[in-house]
Amino acid sequence: MRIIVPIKQVPDMSQVKFDTEKGVVGRTSAGAEINPFDLYALEAAVQIKDKLGGTVTAISMGPRQAESALRDALARGADSAVLLVDKAFAGADTLATSYTLASAIRKRGEFDLIICGEKTVDGDTGQVGPEIAEHLGIPHVAYVLKLEEVGGKLVVVCDMEGEYYLVESGFPVLITVTKDVNTPRLPTFRDKSNARKAKVELWGAEELSSIADKGRFGVRGSPTRVHKVIIPTEEGRKGRVFRNTADEAIEEIVDALDEWGTIKGIK
Amino acid sequence: MKNYTGLMVFAEQREGRVHPVSYELLGKGREIADKLGAGLSSVLLGNQMGEEARELIYYGADKVFLYDHPTFKDFDLLNYKHNIVKLVREVKPETFLLGATHLGRSLGPRIAVALATGLTADCTGLGVDEKGSLIQIRPAFSGNIFAHIKTKTRPQMATVRYKVMQSKGRDVGRRGEIIRKEAELVPSLLTIVKKEKSGEVNIAEADVIISGGRGLKKAEDFCILSDLAELLGGAVGASRPLVDDRWIGREHQVGFSGNTVKPKIYVACGISGSSQHLAGMRTSDVIIAINSDPSAPIFKVADYGIVGDLYEVVPKLINGIKRKRS
Repeated sequence: MRIIVPIKQVPDMSQVKFDTEKGVVGRTSAGAEINPFDLYALEAAVQIKDKLGGTVTAISMGPRQAESALRDALARGADSAVLLVDKAFAGADTLATSYTLASAIRKRGEFDLIICGEKTVDGDTGQVGPEIAEHLGIPHVAYVLKLEEVGGKLVVVCDMEGEYYLVESGFPVLITVTKDVNTPRLPTFRDKSNARKAKVELWGAEELSSIADKGRFGVRGSPTRVHKVIIPTEEGRKGRVFRNTADEAIEEIVDALDEWGTIKGIK
Repeated sequence: MKNYTGLMVFAEQREGRVHPVSYELLGKGREIADKLGAGLSSVLLGNQMGEEARELIYYGADKVFLYDHPTFKDFDLLNYKHNIVKLVREVKPETFLLGATHLGRSLGPRIAVALATGLTADCTGLGVDEKGSLIQIRPAFSGNIFAHIKTKTRPQMATVRYKVMQSKGRDVGRRGEIIRKEAELVPSLLTIVKKEKSGEVNIAEADVIISGGRGLKKAEDFCILSDLAELLGGAVGASRPLVDDRWIGREHQVGFSGNTVKPKIYVACGISGSSQHLAGMRTSDVIIAINSDPSAPIFKVADYGIVGDLYEVVPKLINGIKRKRS
């Protein structure tokens, strides 16, 4: 099974600073890490490889520093890693990002399965996975929480909000997985040390030019633009806070609930 | 770009019923269409959906493009995409909206790429600028910022979060046109073998939600909250850390990366109120917060805040309600 796992390097969200006054997001204050959702995709890929044999390729688009996220992926069981790094890729929205990743996947050669995380913690769109599938002309299943290869087919369970669908697909196919799919393993010290020595391939726009239209990369290929960023201040409600008077508060709340009809069960 | 006009809303149906987010989108779509003096259409794919197509008109659509075929009974990704893309190329709406449900967020990106246009994910606000272009407002960075986004290609596409827009309500006096379209079928490539109810209350639909956070000492203590929830006919919710620690299933998670809820009553027990949690419940009608830390941010959004131990306050509240009832 030839498996591709697209990953993204993101800031550690607990460290990102938000300046309400200036409307600025301080990414530099935060260390960078592999998008937490992608760890589940990587683990799912490595588990299939362990069972069926094959290869796992991690692929990412980003600045040169994103190489460290790919080394993390190698430490966690990926066999090879490709970083798409070029000024021409910068400023990409989901359409240009998915186009660039899909072009690289195509250039890489034949594959059977692409596994993506559900979304990233910074952009939070969840669009890049399904968009890659459309660029490649293959089907996809999103929000997968269970997967298994059975007799040459991929059988998955996906969360359709209130219902689970059991879906069967041939190969090649792309899936996006949720955090319910597995528990990602932690790399050992030796894995990490081996990953430091491993090779991360670097590809720029030129490497993709034989199969892709360079006008569709980066900011040029991105139809959406952020015009304004607002960091909201908590507006607050004119509520009452009861400090040492819980009993009084409960009495008031019970009366209010009664008035709204909640207590009589009119709901 | 000049040939594109009006708005089109994807009407999502599950088991033959239109998802309420579609009515909300028609509400917002109607407002924008009236402002621009443009038309509002909707596209519905399903099996024997004539009745529901009329509902879309009652909720604000001028035209409904109806694809009635057994293939569309359930979500058939590639056939949905193929027929919608074909329709959009023919009708040329300036704006195309979908609900940011799992179905919408799976389908939307495929349509956007096929049309080589931009798609803005999970919007919580929509407006138009002085030129009539769509302003798409969406949270990012786990709800810490709101970005205003515009799209230079057409159609301008967005998925919009459930329960943030207002439906205009059902008006059976409204007139509109139902246009039946011929389905063009392509290989599905995916087979839905089985569907199973996940057996859980859909927390986004609940009128009363009792949520627990890190103030709970162990997973078993959720029973205190479920007692209160049962009493009020509500559902149990949770903040993200408890879900990540697997104390309770993900379907209970309230917050930016979980469910956005808008119940009549939201009771936050032992929840400090991170921005990521507040983003998922701040629009609740009434918010009651119980927390032992008086400086917890949850109190800023609460209508009633009780500084105290949830292990004392919640049982007292339960007793108070029981007393009132008898």
